[in-house]
Amino acid sequence: MTIGLGHYLTVAAILFTIGVFGIFLNRKNVIVILMSIELILLAVNINLVAFSAFLGDLVGQVYALLVLTVAASEAAIGLAILVAYYRNRGSIAVEDINLMKG
Amino acid sequence: MVLPAIFFYLFAGVCIAAAVMVVASRNPVHSVLFLILAFVNAAGMFILLGAEFLAMILIIVYVGAVLVLFLFVVMMLDVDFAQLRRGVLQYLPIGAFLGIVVLTELVLVVGAWVIGPEVPQAIVAPIPPIAKMVNAEALGHVLYTRYVYFFQAAGIVLLVAMIGAIVLTLQHKPHVRRQNIADQVARSKATAIEIVKVRPGQGL
Repeated sequence: MTIGLGHYLTVAAILFTIGVFGIFLNRKNVIVILMSIELILLAVNINLVAFSAFLGDLVGQVYALLVLTVAASEAAIGLAILVAYYRNRGSIAVEDINLMKG
Repeated sequence: MVLPAIFFYLFAGVCIAAAVMVVASRNPVHSVLFLILAFVNAAGMFILLGAEFLAMILIIVYVGAVLVLFLFVVMMLDVDFAQLRRGVLQYLPIGAFLGIVVLTELVLVVGAWVIGPEVPQAIVAPIPPIAKMVNAEALGHVLYTRYVYFFQAAGIVLLVAMIGAIVLTLQHKPHVRRQNIADQVARSKATAIEIVKVRPGQGL
């Protein structure tokens, strides 16, 4: 009944898959896509922390901290772009975002 | 040793169920709330792994700031989410197929992971025993010495994100009167006052 590294990696793999699946499922809704990306980054962090704990190396946690920083910045910038886009177009449907397609 | 296992399965199960609800929920507000639940349970798993500082950061920064920001944006935008949900089932089969393929591959690869015998010799910053140093202190000893440049780079990333978010969302309305300090300072006596000779009995 002891919990090993494989358990944590499996949980992270399931979370990662749910995140990817969420991007497929909610292709029109940018907000849910951003939330799916957060789920994927959470899975990455669980992997890093699990390896850090089971190897006895602290560097994994440092790296997880940096990943958290980048994820927070990404969420802030993404939501800011979303708000600016909604202000200009009055919609956030992904299908309408094709202005730069040429 | 049965108690950590019970808590691991509790945290993992609730986390995965909440993640499923994030992508399956109809209302984005519910999605955000389920995402908060998933992150809190992930923080529980971090505590089980002995990374208390990251668990607290996850709750304070992620749940406290990022997901509340999500909640604000979802509630602020007046979007017909039911219309965005239309056609979801169209992508369900291909998404489910790809998801199952990816999950099978990942679990086959990582599920039976064992640490090689020569790996522990290559450890850069070993975790000190909990009696000597708590997790936050040990993390600080590593982060502020060996990885101080990465720490600074993370700060710059946050600064750029802050400035970018402000630049993207700040808007100047044309009819709002604002103080212009340069104009005020640049006023001279010639532009500020006008001397009018008023002759007696006439007025202006």
